[in-house]
Amino acid sequence: MVQATAPSEVFHVRDLNFYYGMFRALRGINLAIPRQRIFALIGPSGCGKSTLLRCFNRMNDLIPGARVEGEVLFNGADLYAPEVDPAEIRYRIGMVFQKPNPFPKSIFDNVAFGPRINGYTGDIAEVVERALRRAALWDEVKDRLKQSAYALSGGQQQRLCIARALAVEPEVILMDEPCSALDPAATLAIEDLIRELSKEYAIVLVTHNMQQAARVSDRTAFLMMDESRSGFLVEEGETEEIFANPHDKRTEAYITGRYG
Amino acid sequence: MATVWALKRRTTRRNEQIIFLVLFLSAMVSILTTVGIIYVLVSESLGFFQQVSLWDFLMGSQWTPLFQPQHFGVLPLVGGTLLVTGLSALVALPVGLGSAVYLSEYAPERARRVLKPLLEVLAGVPTVVYGYFALTFVTPLLQRYLFHDMIVFNALSAGLVMGIMIIPLVAALSEDAMVAVPRSLREGAYALGATKFEVVSKVVVPSALSGVVAAFILGLSRAIGETMLVTIAAGATPRLTLDPRESIQAMTAYIVQVSLGETPHGTLVYHSIFAVGLTLFVMTLGMNILGQWVVHRWRARY
Repeated sequence: MVQATAPSEVFHVRDLNFYYGMFRALRGINLAIPRQRIFALIGPSGCGKSTLLRCFNRMNDLIPGARVEGEVLFNGADLYAPEVDPAEIRYRIGMVFQKPNPFPKSIFDNVAFGPRINGYTGDIAEVVERALRRAALWDEVKDRLKQSAYALSGGQQQRLCIARALAVEPEVILMDEPCSALDPAATLAIEDLIRELSKEYAIVLVTHNMQQAARVSDRTAFLMMDESRSGFLVEEGETEEIFANPHDKRTEAYITGRYG
Repeated sequence: MATVWALKRRTTRRNEQIIFLVLFLSAMVSILTTVGIIYVLVSESLGFFQQVSLWDFLMGSQWTPLFQPQHFGVLPLVGGTLLVTGLSALVALPVGLGSAVYLSEYAPERARRVLKPLLEVLAGVPTVVYGYFALTFVTPLLQRYLFHDMIVFNALSAGLVMGIMIIPLVAALSEDAMVAVPRSLREGAYALGATKFEVVSKVVVPSALSGVVAAFILGLSRAIGETMLVTIAAGATPRLTLDPRESIQAMTAYIVQVSLGETPHGTLVYHSIFAVGLTLFVMTLGMNILGQWVVHRWRARY
């Protein structure tokens, strides 16, 4: 595979169209996601930001009738090439969901799930501890690793899900509105964690909360939908630039609250 | 005007009371019936246990009520029932679980739409039909290809067909439990690089475990209580054996045999069917309580 992207980019999206059956959910997306930074996708509900996020780890493959046109390059290689195994892709590209979704298992088993299914043979307790420490949850749960994950609060559950994603040592973490089901205090804790994690990982963050995008991210892309409800990219740039000095009138309208 | 309003209110209130009463009585019908059944079983069994000690009944390994000397050790009947039930479990649990996993996780929507109702139709086939299916189709098949000198009435054939009979129940209940596992849990596992089978075996089935185990227990409870199939196909020879090729007699089949025979009312043999019935009732009740307990104790809250 030719190195078609700059080494500083983890994802490169070229002329991406995405379909759910006959419905085109995304059209003509071109975007580059840099390494070790936080990239926020913002836009009104239904603009396709979650769909775009799910193109990055082929989560959309699970939906019958979903179809991709164009290219999504991961480290320069086509994610949708026929020889690519989606399970392996998802192992290297972690994901955190809107609602905390721990498995009905113990805290330990939740974090150990990824390494176990991927055949990790080393000291699994060490992996679990490291992941929980990185997710800033270790001190709160170290004495009750055998307890059900459901005994944790919502914010703790979400940090557990982040630890679960970190345990397989992915290169990128995709976050789909990770704070939307949390209270303000838990939201701040997760945001601090996201900033901390961005030192080691590329993070793509979907959020409907513009303050969050402004607070947390380095770069921001603004999406909207057209008359046929297809999502498209309006503009993309450094977060400060987008929020202080948007080039497009529609971006300005959205971030100042006059839209959506 | 005021009186008209008041009248209307009174009739509504009376209607409400009538509706309440009708609904209350409907609910009471099944409760009262259960109480009545327990009363009959216990009171008629008392007559039996005045002549045969509970110890001899529960621990005796010979059941010869119709010959001299009479023995009333229930173990051969319990053993016969459990042998057939065990065989049915060998068929119904793996196949039922397999069908449930297929329907809930693998089947394309179109296949699911056809198969699920088909499974429910299978559950509606009268058990007498399964009895003749075992006797006139499965037994000759087994005799021809596997056990050439096997007796016509045998536990094996009845057990296998019983297994087929309870597959729909096990499959439908397990499938309900699996479909109830939220999509977000499946996505969480996929996002960690799990393959489809890993998602099913390590997340969906464990998450649905309480429902799956309850389905197993209810299926087996149904097998224990099943009457027609074992009466027709499993024989009428009370025998404590683990060899499924032998002819046995299940508890239910004994009750049928005596009920249809010429046993005079009030005799010891007559009372014995109530003792066996009570034993059966306690067994299935125990299974159902166990099933309920499993569902509540292990239920995942997601």
